[in-house]
Amino acid sequence: MIDSFLLIGLPYAAIFIFLIGSILRYKYYGYSVTSHSSQFLESDKLFWGSRLFHSGIVVLLLGHIIGFLIPKSIIVITLTPLWMMIIEVTAFAFGLLTLAGIVLLIKRRIQVKRLHLVTSKMDLVVYFIILTQVITGLLVAYFHRWGISWYASSLVPYLRSLLIFMPDQAVIVSMPWLIKIHTISAFVFIGLIPFTRLMHFLVYPLAYLWRNYLLVIWNRDQKAMRTSKNTREGVKPVNN
Amino acid sequence: MDIRSQIAMVFHLDKCIGCHTCSIACKNIWTDRKGAEYMWWNNVETKPGTGYPTKWEDQKIYKGGWVKNGDKLELRVAGKPTGLTRLYHNPDMPVMDDYYEPWTYDYDHLFEAPAGSDQPTARTISLVTGEPIDVKGGPNWDDDLSGTPDYGRNDINLRNVGAEDQEAMFQLERMTMHYLPRMCNHCLNPACVAACPSGAVYKRGEDGVVLISQEKCRAWRLCVTACPYKKSYYNWSSGKSEKCLLCYPRLETGQAPACMHSCVGRIRYLGVLLYDADKIKEFASCPENELIDRQLDIYLNPFSEKVIRDAKKNGIADSTIEAAQKSPVYKFVKEWKIALPLHAEFRTMPSLFYVPPMLPVMGKMENGVYESTTTNLWGKIEESRLPLQYLANLFSAGNQDKIKEVLKKLMTVRYHRRQVTVNDIEGSLLDAAFESTGLTPDVADAIYRLTSLVKYDERFVIPAAHREEAIEMIESTDDRKGNTGFGEKKGTRRVF
Repeated sequence: MIDSFLLIGLPYAAIFIFLIGSILRYKYYGYSVTSHSSQFLESDKLFWGSRLFHSGIVVLLLGHIIGFLIPKSIIVITLTPLWMMIIEVTAFAFGLLTLAGIVLLIKRRIQVKRLHLVTSKMDLVVYFIILTQVITGLLVAYFHRWGISWYASSLVPYLRSLLIFMPDQAVIVSMPWLIKIHTISAFVFIGLIPFTRLMHFLVYPLAYLWRNYLLVIWNRDQKAMRTSKNTREGVKPVNN
Repeated sequence: MDIRSQIAMVFHLDKCIGCHTCSIACKNIWTDRKGAEYMWWNNVETKPGTGYPTKWEDQKIYKGGWVKNGDKLELRVAGKPTGLTRLYHNPDMPVMDDYYEPWTYDYDHLFEAPAGSDQPTARTISLVTGEPIDVKGGPNWDDDLSGTPDYGRNDINLRNVGAEDQEAMFQLERMTMHYLPRMCNHCLNPACVAACPSGAVYKRGEDGVVLISQEKCRAWRLCVTACPYKKSYYNWSSGKSEKCLLCYPRLETGQAPACMHSCVGRIRYLGVLLYDADKIKEFASCPENELIDRQLDIYLNPFSEKVIRDAKKNGIADSTIEAAQKSPVYKFVKEWKIALPLHAEFRTMPSLFYVPPMLPVMGKMENGVYESTTTNLWGKIEESRLPLQYLANLFSAGNQDKIKEVLKKLMTVRYHRRQVTVNDIEGSLLDAAFESTGLTPDVADAIYRLTSLVKYDERFVIPAAHREEAIEMIESTDDRKGNTGFGEKKGTRRVF
């Protein structure tokens, strides 16, 4: 019963909250969607903390997503022990970078007094959940080796079963508790996104790469306004 | 030709008395808020000096503005794709200590201190943390301190002024200074706009005001790095960047921006310039010694029939064209050519121009000694106390001839007016001055008039914002017109 709740109910609730929550937050509280950078108040310590943490977490996140998207190819690759070894060690190394980063960031938050002013309660929750996630992830990788392989072969089917609305918890129920904690807290993490500053990764400004350097916004179509023909066009100008 | 209108400004530095009234007017309206206490969208600096934030002009430290890379114009560090790699941590972003930590005083203590044998004091407390702090600097900490080693000598504009000249400059008898009020330049080629990855910073098409959409800003902070004038600020409390908005709510209602309206010395002028937007890229990437000339080329003559026709075709209102014709900025910048942009070498094409300071004009250098008891009332421009190279570094991208030309014109106006009012200038001197500068007595009178006599309406020629059409900035009026009425905005069409 408790398994069904934590491994089926909670994931669905989390994903539902994430999807609806992020859309509503963006649409109605778009102003609050910001990375809330604290570099202005303290820059030197942030350098190591933020750079390590972000480069680590981005790689780890991409790794999980790739495994989820193409599990079969991953299984094939990991049949070669050398490849398996390389991927496993790389992932673990990035895990350690992430851990070092988040520890430095937490230390900085506590030590630098100015930062207490810009730290909300939800920020503390974010620190806690990320720390849990990174530590359990590293422990799983250490105690239950070759996770690249069994993640693709055993855990991804469970995740996919959720996606196609035919939840099948059989595989994961029998897995070690460490893995279960990592999975459950991952869903909690997802559910928390709309309520925290984690929103910032959803608005990563990739579009910058292909937009013009100069950005001019017209509040109204000046040319159209000079002619009487267009009086009933009724098209709202795209406003900022 | 893509003609647009730009609200541009002229600051007449000879008239600036350094009173900071502009800064206070701005602060009271816009930045007296949590997270914005340290911001001075408008500030006044003493030159030579290091300014606010400290040494802002030194792009080796702050890495702002554009650079020419071969034929291409690129942002120094904040552009594509480098900018995106700097979101986690941007090593070139100024931090609070580069500006100053804002403070207030513990006034409560004056009332609540227990009775004792000492007078209670109000200690300085940080406006950020609320803890007592020792104040180490402020936004105008270098006020009038141009002779000091900490401020005057650290001015980056002295970099190519000869060692001898520099030594002489800091002699007690020769020491000089002037004020430099600064605010957002609302550039034609704004680096902050180009650097913002979220597209939150934009130039308003109608009047060229550069704004930051608070809704879209995601605190990536690259505009702060990119602006070479350091006029984009990060609000540490709201997690959004902010900058001068040229008091657009005031502009739209026909009032001058607060800093300009409150200016005690009446040094500020505001008006429309018409320019050709197609030329921005080409002109901004021209060789450094042509920057000033090219920027003047981009502004168009609002009296030319072709310009008027093209402007109308581009949807520029008749009232705006009329404002451009009356614009005091056009006269200073283009007609008389006596106002120059600050640090044109940053290649942002600023819309704020400065009439460079002439002071001190009396006295001159003789054999390396400053002679203030000369019988001749005014010295030559070349022999002035302040090395020309210094002013050239500020206002003409290092080109001494440009600044000399302007100063000579200003001098000619003074000769002429002296002659008119006191009648003690030698005729040959006056004639020579008119000849070398190409001015005529009429133009000199016009410059004098616009510099000294004109009132509010001539200093600020603000184009009508067309309030009757202003609602269309927010919504299409047709939405309402064809609808059910009763204050409701619902369509009459059947949905199902």
